[in-house]
Amino acid sequence: MAALLGLFRRDLRLALRQSGDTALVLGFFVLAVVLFPFGVGPEPQILGRIAAGIVWVAALLAALLSLDRLFQADYEDGGLDLIVLSPVPLELAVLAKCAAHWVATGLPLALASPILALVVDLDARAIPTLVVSLLLGTPALSLIGSVAAALILGARRQGVLLSVLVLPLYVPPLVFGAGAVAASASGTGPRADLLILGALSLGALPLSPWASAAALRLALE
Amino acid sequence: MYRPAAKAAPDSPSGAAFLPERRAEPHRPVAPAPELVAPQLIAADLVAEDLACRRGARLVFAGVSFRLDTGGALVLTGANGSGKSSLLRLVAGLLAPAAGRLSWGGAPVGRDLAGHHARLHYVGHQDAVKPVMTPRETLVFWAALGGPQLPGAASAVENALAAFALDAVADWPCRWLSAGQRRRLALARLLVRPAPLWLLDEPASALDADSQARLEEVITAHRAAGGRVLLATHAAIALDNAAGLTLDTFAPAVDTDLID
Repeated sequence: MAALLGLFRRDLRLALRQSGDTALVLGFFVLAVVLFPFGVGPEPQILGRIAAGIVWVAALLAALLSLDRLFQADYEDGGLDLIVLSPVPLELAVLAKCAAHWVATGLPLALASPILALVVDLDARAIPTLVVSLLLGTPALSLIGSVAAALILGARRQGVLLSVLVLPLYVPPLVFGAGAVAASASGTGPRADLLILGALSLGALPLSPWASAAALRLALE
Repeated sequence: MYRPAAKAAPDSPSGAAFLPERRAEPHRPVAPAPELVAPQLIAADLVAEDLACRRGARLVFAGVSFRLDTGGALVLTGANGSGKSSLLRLVAGLLAPAAGRLSWGGAPVGRDLAGHHARLHYVGHQDAVKPVMTPRETLVFWAALGGPQLPGAASAVENALAAFALDAVADWPCRWLSAGQRRRLALARLLVRPAPLWLLDEPASALDADSQARLEEVITAHRAAGGRVLLATHAAIALDNAAGLTLDTFAPAVDTDLID
């Protein structure tokens, strides 16, 4: 347990000291959202209707961008060998790394989202739902993404491969995350969507580390 | 200089020798029946028998046998690509052997891989050093990842830093360190937690003469305390009574059964 906490704290410390990485992810998130008013036009009706989708898609892409640093550095510098050799079960080590990854990316994305909601003219009533949906959904993004991040280790054209592997798996969180925000904006209530979103994250919690650990063992063969 | 196995005295304190040489010791029958060899194998600590390694479709080596007892050292040599690193990863349990058996105290290593991992330190040819962490933080982290905190863990980290002359740079970010200093930091991991088996892949690469002498001291102390060392090197590392194993001689004939 202390070892797991140590791994979590080290990954978090690495993320904080290389805070440029987190800043880049946030910067991408902001820019991607800001591009839409330019492309779609500033009419509030159109923007307001697609606002939930815009913010969620931008958050997905930003999370995707940050996935490569989950295992890649440890794979390249030999640290992954040592983690495999440590008494910590690899599945739990993956979980600790995912937790640190979420704190360094998912959490900042969720906290930054209210400002971006204003940029795309999201209904003010839906802003709390947007934050809650991102808080519930981004753990699933980190967890599901970890499987693909482990699978691409050692492959060529990793960035493209990662996107192709991960984006289809991100469809369910996107549907229910954006759905919750849209339901909140239209006044029907986001409860059902949020529950399913939470269920997705809970389901990914045991399944993803197990799959990622298997992929990591394959990569080290 | 390590001494080739052929010259190793039967009762050499190194405890490391090839199985064939052991079988040919003067006071034993030249070719003992298997039942005469068996008790010796069970009593030995780390025993590899007929190990083969396959990477992709290529059979890297086959028929590698050695034993490593308490206080023993075995130096792996061989041309680039002869499988030194693969053999170390195989002994570490990071790779599965294509054929052969690896056992510790008579029990196959594969049966209790976690237990095997707990008794070894592996220093690969990569240093596992993060540019933004300091050497002290790095060692504290790896010590903590190795298992529950032992009494005196903090002083073990300080001793490890001192043993490889890293105290002066202990609080610098590792990106300021030279290649040799990073290597020393990777080697200092050996000392933060005791483990009976050390697997070292080119430990002396990038080390200056002084650092190499420190490495030799550390290995000597480890062996004096009953530890075992298996190391692959191109550099001449001075180890008393070390056995040698040249992997070139185990390269398989072109077309063996193991190749599909």
